Amino acid sequence: MQLATTSTHLIYFSSVSGNTARFVEKLGLPAERIPLFPSEEPLQARDPYVLVLPTYGGGEGRGAVPKQVIRFLNDEGNRNLIRGVIAAGNTNFGEGYCLAGDIIAAKCQVPLLYRVEVFGTPDDVQAVQEGLDRFWTQQSTTSR
Amino acid sequence: MTVTDPAHAIGKSIPLVRAVSAINWNRIHDDKDVEVWNRLVNNFWLPEKIPLSNDVQSWNTLTPEEQQLTMRVFTGLTLLDTIQGTVGAISLIPDAITPHEESVYTNIAFMESVHAKSYSSIFSTLASTPEIDDAFRWSEENVNLQKKAQIVLDYYTGDDPLKRKVASTLLESFLFYSGFYLPMYWSSRAKLTNTADMIRLIIRDEAVHGYYIGYKFQKGLEGASDERKQEIKDYTFNLLFELYDNEVQYTQDLYDSVGLTEDVKKFLHYNANKALMNLGYEPMFPKDVTDVNPAILSALSPNADENHDFFSGSGSSYVIGKAETTEDEDWDF
Ligand SMILES: Cc1cc2nc3c(=O)[nH]c(=O)nc-3n(C[C@H](O)[C@H](O)[C@H](O)COP(=O)(O)O)c2cc1C
Ligand SMILES: [Fe+2]
Ligand SMILES: [Fe+2]
Repeated sequence: MQLATTSTHLIYFSSVSGNTARFVEKLGLPAERIPLFPSEEPLQARDPYVLVLPTYGGGEGRGAVPKQVIRFLNDEGNRNLIRGVIAAGNTNFGEGYCLAGDIIAAKCQVPLLYRVEVFGTPDDVQAVQEGLDRFWTQQSTTSR
Repeated sequence: MTVTDPAHAIGKSIPLVRAVSAINWNRIHDDKDVEVWNRLVNNFWLPEKIPLSNDVQSWNTLTPEEQQLTMRVFTGLTLLDTIQGTVGAISLIPDAITPHEESVYTNIAFMESVHAKSYSSIFSTLASTPEIDDAFRWSEENVNLQKKAQIVLDYYTGDDPLKRKVASTLLESFLFYSGFYLPMYWSSRAKLTNTADMIRLIIRDEAVHGYYIGYKFQKGLEGASDERKQEIKDYTFNLLFELYDNEVQYTQDLYDSVGLTEDVKKFLHYNANKALMNLGYEPMFPKDVTDVNPAILSALSPNADENHDFFSGSGSSYVIGKAETTEDEDWDF
């Protein structure tokens, strides 16, 4: 058995506009990026992680989760290690606001931890850092 | 001077592209162009699809003062959409980095004309001809409305492509919101709900427009010298301050009589932050002035409430949702 790590491990996706990458960078936690292009080596999760992803969509909820993230989660090994999800988006998308987070939470049965707009305000960064601290401590004491 | 007819009011002319090549959508330079094009096409709508006449009863419950305020707000929005359709989006075409970007701008321009026209659908459904004419006259005479139109138009016809994109993004992501506030307010009180449905479609379109123009701005800035980057950043914040001061006066002028000015200002700050982020700049307004009235926020996005996520809610109230009904076929589980 491995010792529980103190800081949360993050896995994230971000498109070429890079907002989510920028948010993750501000969190200052160990993080790995799901590759943008199918030609790149797929990412394989090795430790439990929290997923951070932006919401996209072609309307009516379809396409809200980026294809790259679907591909990543279709891998059972990756799927088994997800512990929570943080979604990015914009409230101006109305009903579609951060929908990717709801979809992943429901499909993987993990909590939607937080929602952030664009690349987040300093308050968002603080809220997520503190929230993850508590969440991860709880996780490593309750799980094997 | 009036700028309600922007194409004629400019005085200066916008350059057209010098050379045109056939646009080949089978050779893509930036996947964002395709992605945004597709999203815009999927989002396409027309005012005729929305049953605005169902709002007639509700309209009649508003006081004459409230009706007049609503009409004025909508003529203000009509002017901004007209500017963006007739000048703003078109002015971005000559500096497009990729050929497909040009097509996206023509798509945006057309949609702005749909937006502008959709307010007229609201008017013809709810108001009388003299009332409509009155509201349009007001829009031509209102100093702050004319000023914001003029500030933006000046940059659209100026010769700095990056400054044009900044002005355009601030229009898409900030200037509309003093107006968008009101239909969200009515909607939160179960009034003019069909009108609000239509405005939400407009807001969603503007969200994609602001994102895209902001993204292309950041691309354009990428290779610039530090000096140039600083110049553009200073310009952006100065323009935002100038527009903000004017927005506050515009807001007071419209909303003081109904006691909503402070509430609207929070909505302005909240959206100014997102406009800055669309341009890649850090948000400027602190938390204590961006705490938008929850009723307005949930009129904008029903999912925006606090208990919807684990960290913001009280914790115990959080429940993991059920799978969505609309799903992509790519999922293997
Ligand atoms: C085409 C398009 C569609 C989008 N759809 C949604 C949406 O349905 N819901 C939402 O909350 N945000 C939506 N967004 C906003 C993005 O999630 C947001 O801008 C995010 O910061 C992008 O992250 P990235 O730069 O890391 O890719 C959309 C953005 C684009 C460009
Ligand atoms: Fe518009
Ligand atoms: Fe727009």
